[in-house]
Amino acid sequence: MNTRGLRSQLKDSVPVAGLCPQGSYGIQDSLRSGFTSVKNELLPSHPLELSEKNFVLNQDKMNFSTLRNIQGLHAPLKLQMEYRAARQIQRLPFLQSSNLALDTLRGSDDTIGFEDILGDPAQSEMMGEPHMMVEYKLGLL
Amino acid sequence: PAAGFNFDNAARNAAFEGLFEGGQTPKPLKTGTTIAGVVFKDGVVLGADTRATSSEVVADKMCAKIHYISPNIYCCGAGTAADTEKTTDLLSSNLTVFSLNSGRNPRVVMAVNILQDMLYRYHGQIGANLILGGVDCTGNHLYTVGPYGSVNKVPYLAMGSGDLAALGILEDRFKHDLELEKAKELVRDAIHAGIMSDLGSGNNIDICVITKQGVDYIRPFQESEYKETRKPKYKYRPGTTPVLTKKIVPLKLEVVEETQQRMDTA
Repeated sequence: MNTRGLRSQLKDSVPVAGLCPQGSYGIQDSLRSGFTSVKNELLPSHPLELSEKNFVLNQDKMNFSTLRNIQGLHAPLKLQMEYRAARQIQRLPFLQSSNLALDTLRGSDDTIGFEDILGDPAQSEMMGEPHMMVEYKLGLL
Repeated sequence: PAAGFNFDNAARNAAFEGLFEGGQTPKPLKTGTTIAGVVFKDGVVLGADTRATSSEVVADKMCAKIHYISPNIYCCGAGTAADTEKTTDLLSSNLTVFSLNSGRNPRVVMAVNILQDMLYRYHGQIGANLILGGVDCTGNHLYTVGPYGSVNKVPYLAMGSGDLAALGILEDRFKHDLELEKAKELVRDAIHAGIMSDLGSGNNIDICVITKQGVDYIRPFQESEYKETRKPKYKYRPGTTPVLTKKIVPLKLEVVEETQQRMDTA
């Protein structure tokens, strides 16, 4: 096996095997995630999983580096400042934000992709416990 | 939870493939098609068969493979049926938003570029082989886009499992600047060759003619001779069953209480 090729596939945060399985109550959920194996936790199971997870990040990085090469360092710096400001506009911690300002900055507010149709977080079946999350955010917990 | 494709079940599915001995996982609906397109004097003619297969079973006998993208661009899709449907839907929505924003009719190159970016991003996992044909201000264009994002611009084209048979007919009889009727016949014969020689193609032939004046979507252009006469509803005409005896018992009802409620139409 080509280890160098594998390394590019490693999930960016490697969980220590066996310490924190994904099921409820901390036990490995065999029905949903299969049997425990080190390979399962280190390597993604689908060739697209990594590239899709980091797609927006990679696109932004590419755009910023092109901009830096063309216009100098100040251009991506100013834009990144605006991105940070836009990223901070959120709703309450347990509600999904529409990220409209961020979309407009990126130019993706008039395009429709698979991330708008599939897996809409507003329709997800699981939600964080609202009271806990607000208390945690306000530091009351 | 991130939006977009969800890979949670990928590990489970990979484990399943080893467990059951083949054939247990449901196969996606492929179109196993013959699609063809020809550029003629005044526009583009696209043709497709109408059979959708799921391994060895014909899943849909009147599948519509020519999808609408914009008033001047239509797209034939081969490969996995759901992928072609959804990708062409997304493309059509994006082009509509663009044309509303800019007030212009979209060009075929724009559609091709959007498709190419979208399909390359997924590295061929979206199985969509598409033939895009359209007429815009720069002329008549015919493009093909492969599942990995490859693009080819050609005057005549065939894709799908029956493409070799169809290409044979097209290579033999294609000329530049054909007339409309000749072009329609050529595409019809090409699809017919695909239907005859390929198991994955069959049933009727759809033709779509795109010109600067408008679009003519002829569905079906030619019906197969093996049509069946099964009807979806079985209605028996009154009098089919003979009436032997009749007995009428009137039910006596008396009015106990009568109330009137006015509808509030404010």
